[in-house]
Amino acid sequence: MSAGEKDVDAITGTETTGHEWDGIKELNTPLPRWWLYIFYATIVFAIGYCIYYPSMPVDGHKGVSGYSSRGDVQKDLDAAAAAQSGMLDQIAATDVGAIKDDPDLHRFAVAGGASAFKVHCTQCHGSGAAGSAGYPNLNDDNWLWGGTVQEIHQTITHGIRFAEDDDSRYSEMPAFGRDELLDAADIKATANYVRKLAGLDHDAALAGTGATVFAENCASCHGDAGLGDKEQGAPNLSDAIWLYGSETADIAAQIRLPKHGVMPAWGSRLGDTTVKQLSVYVHALGGGE
Amino acid sequence: MKQTAQVVAIAVAAIIALFGAANGSDALFRAHFGILFIVLVLAAFLLLRREEKPTDDPDAYMDGPIKYGTIATLFWGVVGLLAGVAIAAQLAWPELNLEPYFNFGRMRPLHTSAVIFAFGGNALICTSFYVVQRTTRARLFGGDLAWFVFWGYQLFIIMAATGYLLGSTQSKEYAEPEWYVDLWLTIVWVAYLLVFLGTILKRKEPHIYVANWFYLSFIVTVAMLHVVNNLALPVSLSGTISYSAFAGVQDALTQWWYGHNAVGFFLTAGFLGMMYYFMPKQAERPVYSYRLSIVHFWSLIFLYIWAGPHHLHYTALPDWAQTLGMVFSVMLWMPSWGGMINGLMTLSGAWDKIRTDPVIRLMVMALAFYGMSTFEGPMMSIKSVNSLSHYTDWTIGHVHSGALGWVGMISFAAIYFLVPRLFGAKQLYSLRLVNWHFWLATLGIVVYAAVMWVSGIQQGLMWREYDPEGFLVYSFAESVAAMHPYYVLRALGGLLYLAGALVMVFNIYMTIKGRIRDEAPLVTQHPTPAPAE
Repeated sequence: MSAGEKDVDAITGTETTGHEWDGIKELNTPLPRWWLYIFYATIVFAIGYCIYYPSMPVDGHKGVSGYSSRGDVQKDLDAAAAAQSGMLDQIAATDVGAIKDDPDLHRFAVAGGASAFKVHCTQCHGSGAAGSAGYPNLNDDNWLWGGTVQEIHQTITHGIRFAEDDDSRYSEMPAFGRDELLDAADIKATANYVRKLAGLDHDAALAGTGATVFAENCASCHGDAGLGDKEQGAPNLSDAIWLYGSETADIAAQIRLPKHGVMPAWGSRLGDTTVKQLSVYVHALGGGE
Repeated sequence: MKQTAQVVAIAVAAIIALFGAANGSDALFRAHFGILFIVLVLAAFLLLRREEKPTDDPDAYMDGPIKYGTIATLFWGVVGLLAGVAIAAQLAWPELNLEPYFNFGRMRPLHTSAVIFAFGGNALICTSFYVVQRTTRARLFGGDLAWFVFWGYQLFIIMAATGYLLGSTQSKEYAEPEWYVDLWLTIVWVAYLLVFLGTILKRKEPHIYVANWFYLSFIVTVAMLHVVNNLALPVSLSGTISYSAFAGVQDALTQWWYGHNAVGFFLTAGFLGMMYYFMPKQAERPVYSYRLSIVHFWSLIFLYIWAGPHHLHYTALPDWAQTLGMVFSVMLWMPSWGGMINGLMTLSGAWDKIRTDPVIRLMVMALAFYGMSTFEGPMMSIKSVNSLSHYTDWTIGHVHSGALGWVGMISFAAIYFLVPRLFGAKQLYSLRLVNWHFWLATLGIVVYAAVMWVSGIQQGLMWREYDPEGFLVYSFAESVAAMHPYYVLRALGGLLYLAGALVMVFNIYMTIKGRIRDEAPLVTQHPTPAPAE
């Protein structure tokens, strides 16, 4: 191709740049106008945005808008707090047992309690509050430490067996096996008796022996009929609710070396207003007394 | 006697590795160097057994490392996709976490590094070696240096991958390997730059073709990103642990300057270089616009490097840096699309090839996904959109429409182009199987991306859902539980994509064996009415 002679692509009618690499040529098509103008528009937008919003590493520079991420978040938080402040102040001023007397306040407290429960409580008690092995179900009407809203409030505020809180709920069943208070045969017999109390299958002969052992060792806390004692946190053994399992082996293991669940004290972490809402929520789950 | 020198070099390296395996100051280092020792002994053994081949014509193109590169690309592609399907399944069914070596935390970097650096990197290295020779009419510079680049890179991949599974990581996303693996990659990468740049310098063409601009910008920028982001002080020269030179928000910003430009230069610029050669070659048409290629090349590489802060919206990063990250990302939209326009419009006058040529079809789908994800990216960088999309699966979906759609498909197309030419086969074993691959891959991406959009937006909405009393409605665990069906479907999408890649492996294997499948043509040929002579 001599100088001045144009190489034109037959199909598009556009001239090429005149170069060729391994058979590849390039057309000399101008920039598509729509492409160029959108590109310009994004540049104009960028400049405008940089004038309006903070865009320079200079102390105190916030752009025309005066925007800052932190300020923005603070505004949102303040607005949220302001929207709730009336209700929250009311809860703070109301006795936890009296919240239910005001339907609007009660509805608000249950919603707030549900939200706090999702953040702080579901890890152990489950998102439906149904618990799991070792973690009590909060939907039923069986309460280890009492199911009135005040009792629930006390439990949440101070926790259970939580060493850092002097007012924590505390109970400790003796380790009858480990400490050799009972021998293996007695433990097995007692486990069978406990199953009898709960109306479950059991060995009648063993349960007979177990009745004596139970009366001498267990009834002082769990009661003669195994109905438990909320004052001491002694579980009811005659119902169908079992924190650590209902098999003979599970019950025997619990007599031998009991597991003792721990719940943190939430009062100091969340503040009393949130704990009140949590109490009202848990109470309203269905089993509140 | 060159081979003797190489065997000696590997043997010396093996002895050093053995020393490290015996005397490393932590167990991880000893195990990792034990693996290195075994790999090097195997390499020396294989090299000794290899028969000395007559040296090829010094004036001809050097295609040996490229042939190996196409095979390595496919091999690591399948490994990376398999790891992806495995971790997708782990997210859907957590019981599949096999402790400790195959838990999600170790498998996830294995997946990302295998697909980006092992599959993508091998595809880029081998195609760049092919393209630079053809478009400069010069043999690769540096003699056996190209072989060193190929094998050195595979060693990097093996050290990175085994390190992840052993539990070695410096906890920088896409830059997880520890300091000694980083140093090795630096050496290999500099060798790569020398081979590529040396070939361009001794070119016999007066001008440098556009594909080489993109390849060169990718090699140079990745070298800079890799070195700066991995600046670290090892605790001991015989231990795995190192501490980054950066701390706090500076560390985060350096990491995302690196991370986003790994996308910009590794996964965009490099593969645009690939597209600029293979698209016009396969279509047998001239590139649409030389001017567009210049303008979009310079605007792309100038703007991309500033866009990283959009990964840190609404964090401790100062507001001004977030603003710049966002506006540079928005300005990137058109420069990115310039490549798509130039690729698609190259088909002017050859649109019918989308119907007749499944390799062109792969390229067109690659460019379509490229265009879609380079629109989606700037959109997601806008702060108000980002406040919904950030930390959700939407980001994962966005990355995969780029990675599976753009990077994967353009690489597959390039390999389909290369293999018959490199291995002296008359044609591909089967075009119908290419078509199967195309549809399996497309369906896989569509399922994957659509599912991640839905799950990502649902996640974002669940996290910010307030009730009328002003309380959050969902716990995080509830949003996790709600993702299960999407995660199952995502694994299915990945499985479809992997199935397509396996079809390709079979097709390429048969092509290399020189077989041609007896099959009906893909498109029924209608006789073209010819004007009377």
